[in-house]
Amino acid sequence: MLYREAGQFKASYATDQQIFPIRQDRIAVAALTALAFVIVPLVADQYWLSAILIPFLIFALAAVGLNILTGYAGQLSLGTAAFMAVGAFGAWNFVLRVPGMPLLVAFALGGICAALVGIVFGLPSLRIKGFYLAVATLAAQFFVVWALTKFNWFSNYSTSGVITTQRMEILGFAFDTPRAKYFLTLTVVVVLALAAKNMVRSSIGRAWMAIRDMDVAAEVIGIPMLRTKLLAFAISSFYAGVAGALYAYCYLGTVEPEGFNLDLSFKILFMIILGGVGSILGSFLGAGFIVLLPIFLNTVARPLENLLGLSLPPGLMSNLELIVFGGLIIFFLIVEPHGLARLWQITKEKLRLWPFPH
Amino acid sequence: MATAARKSGDVVLKLENISLAFGGVKALSDISFDVREYEVRAIIGPNGAGKSSLLNVINGVYHPQQGTIMFRGKQRRDMDTHEAAAQGIARTFQNIALFRGMTVLDNIMTGRNLRMNATFIEQAIWVGRARREELENRRKVEEVIDFLEIQHIRKTPVGRLPYGLQKRVELARALAAEPSLLLLDEPMAGMNVEEKQDMCRFVLDVNEQYGTTIVLIEHDMGVVMDISDRVVVLDYGKKIGDGTPDNIRNNQTVIDAYLGVAH
Repeated sequence: MLYREAGQFKASYATDQQIFPIRQDRIAVAALTALAFVIVPLVADQYWLSAILIPFLIFALAAVGLNILTGYAGQLSLGTAAFMAVGAFGAWNFVLRVPGMPLLVAFALGGICAALVGIVFGLPSLRIKGFYLAVATLAAQFFVVWALTKFNWFSNYSTSGVITTQRMEILGFAFDTPRAKYFLTLTVVVVLALAAKNMVRSSIGRAWMAIRDMDVAAEVIGIPMLRTKLLAFAISSFYAGVAGALYAYCYLGTVEPEGFNLDLSFKILFMIILGGVGSILGSFLGAGFIVLLPIFLNTVARPLENLLGLSLPPGLMSNLELIVFGGLIIFFLIVEPHGLARLWQITKEKLRLWPFPH
Repeated sequence: MATAARKSGDVVLKLENISLAFGGVKALSDISFDVREYEVRAIIGPNGAGKSSLLNVINGVYHPQQGTIMFRGKQRRDMDTHEAAAQGIARTFQNIALFRGMTVLDNIMTGRNLRMNATFIEQAIWVGRARREELENRRKVEEVIDFLEIQHIRKTPVGRLPYGLQKRVELARALAAEPSLLLLDEPMAGMNVEEKQDMCRFVLDVNEQYGTTIVLIEHDMGVVMDISDRVVVLDYGKKIGDGTPDNIRNNQTVIDAYLGVAH
């Protein structure tokens, strides 16, 4: 089927302002959702579910969060992993300390803790911008990891702050298989991603983009700088916090504060740079790219090694990964600063006219 | 000349003894003038005379060190910029200040953000008030789009538009807020004759159809003399003339400082 809007006439503003105004997009999204909910659990094996798909979804959620802050509101942040840590440790403590705490409520509360921390570290954004703000969020990164390690209360006095997540149960159903965890993660991610899409297409999203594009004009129009920026920090951190809780509960099972280090923050920043700054779809593309790239490199490198009769030193593989990462990021920043999502958009615009471009 | 035909109402904005300095630089000294309801009030003067600073004082971007501003019977000197918008003051900028990453439609919708009260949670779920407000405001925005004849570009990112259209979109964004006082900072700068004519028509239409009071900075004397009811002349931060276009044209100080004479 061709990607074309021809013949799709909008007779009301309601149909023009649907979340996916083009019919082909609606079909594609519905098909992808069905695929993710029905087909994937049937065909994917344990390895795919727990080593690829679950982390992909979790990173995509964290990337959506960062994209709200950096891509839409224009506030550069290097503290995503810290907010994830707050979410993970927050949710864990709520389950631990409040008897009968429902799991999803604990995730949400973990996210709210992260949102509060995000607001505190977002306060400097009212005065400083760009790289200087990035440095301020870097402070969040180091402070949170330090605080979680230093104050043992957060990890219930375990050595070196390691926590092991409790058994997950919602309404009597135990989420202990990879498949069940996948369902839980997928549901949370789909709901929050749709919510993010709705926010960025309504007045709060426009306020964020206005501040990103021209802050003086935004203020003259009547957009309150303080509230809008802090709301971006809060919502972004909430997303990161929920992603962190899922990271602990559905992916790793055992986490320590050091696991939420600057590397993880950078990884998520790279996801939105590669995927597309200012695009919800881009967050997913970037996350998919960065989760799949090492696996792809591994599968390609082994046969290549055999074919050429070389034996690569084992350390080279992981370094190769970093080299390819670095190269790609430089490539994207130069060639397509709006990332994979922009490439997809260009493809769509071309497809609209294809095969008669004049 | 539209001057005699239009009605002017009571004084809505009154500036008294406004002085504004940036460090040692005196941008405005002891400026007093008023704006009546429904009128088109022009501010003219050479570059650097303080015209844009004056607009920035009116809508709260700059806070004058001395003097008072009365707007609709309320006296104020300092306020946050975004409060001016809530009181019905909108403006356009000398250098286009559109949101370049957004489409024309989104830019204009942003002009109505103040009228949307749904919380972000309602917007995230896209139900009830959030959805209703989007549709209601879209209808209003489409009226403005029709009015300014920019239907064909509503889904275009503003960065791709030519200069003249960008200026028009900026006017649309200001109008979308349904302001009672509209501040235009050189709306016709850099336009050719046809574009200027279009813009003049839009400004006069806004004034007549919506009853919007307009304060306008412009360098094209033909335009100023044609469309404005009263003119203020600034030079080096001081007011050197105030009156109807005819008065200003014959004011010797203004001729010396700004208008010049035909040789």
